[in-house]
Amino acid sequence: MNWLRANWLRVLVHAGALAPLGVIILDNYRYNLTANPIQEITVRTGKAALVLLVLSLACTPLNTVFGFRQALQVRRALGLYGFMYAALHLAIFAVLDYGLDLQLIGQAIVEKYYVIAGFVAFLILVPLAITSTRGWMARLGKRWKSLHKLVYLAVPVAVLHFALLVKSLSSRPEPLIFGAVVIMLLALRIPVIRRASSKLRFKNAPFRPKRVPGSAD
Amino acid sequence: MQKIRSSEITPEHVYLSRRRFMRLGTLALGSTALTACGGQLGETLAGRSAPAASAEPVAASTSAPEIKRDEFGDPANSFETISTYNNYYEFTEDKEGVARLAANFKSEPWMVTVGGLVSNPRTYDIDDLRRKFDQEERIYRLRCVEGWSMVIPWIGFPLHKLLKEVQPKAEAKYVRFESLLDPKQYPNQGPFSLYPWPYTEGLRLDEAMHDLTLMVTGLYGKPLPNSNGAPLRLAVPWKYGFKSIKAIVKIELTAEQPKTLWNTLAPNEYGFYSNVNPQRPHPRWSQATERRIGEPGRRPTLMFNGYAEQVAGLYAGMDLQVNY
Repeated sequence: MNWLRANWLRVLVHAGALAPLGVIILDNYRYNLTANPIQEITVRTGKAALVLLVLSLACTPLNTVFGFRQALQVRRALGLYGFMYAALHLAIFAVLDYGLDLQLIGQAIVEKYYVIAGFVAFLILVPLAITSTRGWMARLGKRWKSLHKLVYLAVPVAVLHFALLVKSLSSRPEPLIFGAVVIMLLALRIPVIRRASSKLRFKNAPFRPKRVPGSAD
Repeated sequence: MQKIRSSEITPEHVYLSRRRFMRLGTLALGSTALTACGGQLGETLAGRSAPAASAEPVAASTSAPEIKRDEFGDPANSFETISTYNNYYEFTEDKEGVARLAANFKSEPWMVTVGGLVSNPRTYDIDDLRRKFDQEERIYRLRCVEGWSMVIPWIGFPLHKLLKEVQPKAEAKYVRFESLLDPKQYPNQGPFSLYPWPYTEGLRLDEAMHDLTLMVTGLYGKPLPNSNGAPLRLAVPWKYGFKSIKAIVKIELTAEQPKTLWNTLAPNEYGFYSNVNPQRPHPRWSQATERRIGEPGRRPTLMFNGYAEQVAGLYAGMDLQVNY
């Protein structure tokens, strides 16, 4: 019971992050992937990737501003699950949709801004996923933190990717909502804003959050 | 050298699809594994279409399981697929949600006014149109601007027969179409909708008079399902699907090029002509290739959606990169 009290957030994150994949597999056997299944799983994996990446960006402010330290335990898992869905998303696009036809894929990358943006976001995430282990953290030392700040670029580019492929932004505001949340999460990392907002929070609560080594803020 | 008969030449789309098939065959990666796993993705990748979610009446399936095909030999999509996966933004932007929301749509009684620059303006009851003009089956390809396509056995009559009755005046150069405006029936026409309803579309008069331009009243020999635009819609098979306006209440002959809904919302993306053109890229969706619903992978998109022989003449001398 104590274990669960200490680890409930981890359990929630692993279960929640694997759920979209589980539902896809289930829906595959229930023939519930629409008449255009490749399109459907492309959209679903893309959305899962974006949600998880945004959640991973929320962990640090949850600690620094709201004093929710447990969030830091799940930051890496959220980022890696986000990367997993991004990789699945790209694999579906390249293999299932375009049949690994490099000429067609190359044409799509050059021709469509949204494909470029998605591809760039993915390429940025690759080294971050590779160096997410403790071993790489130790090896890279201080540089690890600077390297992983690249996620502040990758996520906005991923949101841009989404915004570019929506039929009409004024009637489908979803990417704008993602964009607003990401801007807020990034703004909370700017020292002035971070201090001001945590002061607001700690007026009522006397304790201060502990800085955790290795946390990119 | 012996002359090769044209019948022995493999048409482009056939060898392209063979190439695609071989490419898929060599893909020993995920797709083969998925095919082996079965399920909907497995069957899609194996080139079999998924079974219909709700079975059609037994009588229909036992009597004649003959598969309808277009002139290229590609099989028509099922009634189920055609009527449950399509865009109809007046109901919802969710292609899978249209059929449920359209279930109680009131498509009778229905009046269609035909007017504007005509000598003989008239208002038709939908039953008049069904009775007056011979209803014929046309198996057309539908290419959505979003990059998916279907083969659909429509029932209807060519628009030129209707236009002949109302007699366009000499000044008439365009035909404007208007869909029903009824927020009570269309949830997405409510006060918070961001679209300039009603849906409007337009054709040049010669396009409207072309024999391929069909006024659709049915599907697979049955009345047109509500989700597909009952009781009366347009099918212009060489243009992107959104040109084929649904639930038509008004047809007007005009001298000026009419405003159309998608062209008004995003003129750089959706031109007035919107002919299917693999050479004219769209910022979001590939127009060079398409995903045929029920097939694995992609197939090349054909100029004018494969109807170039019949319609290319309409655009002789026009720059289709400018007039997209």
